[in-house]
Amino acid sequence: MDLNLIRILAPEIILICTALILLLLDLLVKRKETVAFAGIIGALLSFYVNIRLCALGWSGSTLSGMFVFDGYANFFKLIFYINIILTIFISLKYMALDGASFGEYYALILFASSGMMIMASAVDLIVLYLGLELMALSTYILTGITRKHLRSSEAAVKYFFLGAFSSAFLLYGISLTYGLTGTTNLKEIAIALQGLNLLENPILSLVLIFMIVAFGFKIALVPFHMWAPDVYEGAPTPVTAFMSIGPKAAGFAVLGRVLFDAFGAMHIQWSQILIPLSIITMAAGNIIAIAQTNIKRMLAYSSIAHAGYALLGIIAGTSGGLSGMMSYMLIYAFMNIGAFAVVIMLRSEGFRGEELSDYEGLAKSHPLASAVMLILMFSLTGIPPTAGFIAKFYIFMEAVRAGYLPLVIVAVIFSAISAFFYLRVIMYMYMKEPQKEVSLSTTPALYIALAATAAAILIMGVFPSLLIELAKMSAMGF
Amino acid sequence: MPGTYIPINYLPVLIIIIIAASVGLAPLLIGILLRPARRYPLKLSPYESGNPPVGEPRYRFSVRFYIIAMLFVVFDVEAVFLYPWAVAYDKIGLYGFVEMMIFIFILLIGYIYVWEKGALTWE
Repeated sequence: MDLNLIRILAPEIILICTALILLLLDLLVKRKETVAFAGIIGALLSFYVNIRLCALGWSGSTLSGMFVFDGYANFFKLIFYINIILTIFISLKYMALDGASFGEYYALILFASSGMMIMASAVDLIVLYLGLELMALSTYILTGITRKHLRSSEAAVKYFFLGAFSSAFLLYGISLTYGLTGTTNLKEIAIALQGLNLLENPILSLVLIFMIVAFGFKIALVPFHMWAPDVYEGAPTPVTAFMSIGPKAAGFAVLGRVLFDAFGAMHIQWSQILIPLSIITMAAGNIIAIAQTNIKRMLAYSSIAHAGYALLGIIAGTSGGLSGMMSYMLIYAFMNIGAFAVVIMLRSEGFRGEELSDYEGLAKSHPLASAVMLILMFSLTGIPPTAGFIAKFYIFMEAVRAGYLPLVIVAVIFSAISAFFYLRVIMYMYMKEPQKEVSLSTTPALYIALAATAAAILIMGVFPSLLIELAKMSAMGF
Repeated sequence: MPGTYIPINYLPVLIIIIIAASVGLAPLLIGILLRPARRYPLKLSPYESGNPPVGEPRYRFSVRFYIIAMLFVVFDVEAVFLYPWAVAYDKIGLYGFVEMMIFIFILLIGYIYVWEKGALTWE
């Protein structure tokens, strides 16, 4: 037996084993905090092993070259670990308030995340699909986990149907690729495309469209975004935070890898598809967000718009652009989890706290929470010295460097439009009189998560070089 | 050449599809043409083994049926995977044995889980 196999897969194996243990632990213990705590321990252990493997300089592939351990995958895995831990931190109180403190919840978060990690490491379309389904099925259940609420169930059913639809698109794309090239391995596809002279084949455009539709659904590109606002609004808020980051980052990971590794020679063709998608995504996301009165819906449209910006990194088609996309996803993870953590804070017994008007005059009664929200909203807009600025600056710079100046100008214009609805939240908090008594439901874990996100955003905003170096190094293989 | 490819090898399949469809459709067509059309309510009512029909055909099933059906599929697929494994067992050796044990172990945890959750009891 090949020992490399176990070593490279160790982080995923630990995570899946933890999830299985959580399922059994849930049957034994009554306090759900224990299950959550065990989940965090497992995730940290897996993270530690992953770091040790990186420190050993370990890279390579296993499972007959279907699964790789490289910088690109590890960078995304870092995002997934942050996502797991912060999501568990912000979940505890909220799920109890929603009457849905199930132990399965934590197991499902770990299963979904291991699916994402498999996606990030997959260099074979079949393994990629396997990871995608593991992630998707777990997130469908997470969306509907508050089964007593109609909204949650509706969101889950919607997400499930549209998700199954997009999986079908992906499978169609995979089968056409296999029919053309006779392989599902990304590198071998690239070789076959050159070797068999397939680059001019019209079927290949169809393949690209199918793949982009399938992954575009996961990252909520317009026009495949229809599910996002309803699902984000209907799902319990911690789950919304979780799936606005995990599946999106995983979708970007596979989009980047498939387009660069397998279809790298067709950059002109796929960038022609992606450029209009990116423009309408930024347009629809930012403009429709202005009309929202529910903050979760607003953040849903904002996350659609952010997918449009991050897409610039892939369109650029360079390793620099890819590293821009990667650092964008990492910073976006912190910003979004932080914003949803504030939304969770406002939720208390018998009060949803999801309307924009609930934020009126919040700065008077809760100055600290408002200050954190201020940082997060500035960061989402992209105002220095927050990390959101660095993310946008870096990705726009790489796109300009690759020669997409007009597209960057469009992106900057839409970024300016987005200031309206982000800063409106701040305006509500600081410049309006409180209409009603809003009490915050605070827990130590929620405080830690908020402090961590705010600190991360400020630190990455002031000292961005470390992050950018890491992203550059991780994208080196491309 | 792209675009000019005609899958000639699949022609027999197409012919079989046409024959199969016509074998199914022909008796129906012949029946419609030959039989006298004399309709009355009793003749048009659904056939339930000679009994007079009772109630609507569509009513709600207990949701438990679906749970049982899903669990059945999961463990059925496990059995399906065991067949090729058993056939190829002498070629894959210890490695294959360990892998299949892990697979079964994961499903065992699932089994314990559904049992403890009471998904296997009807009430």
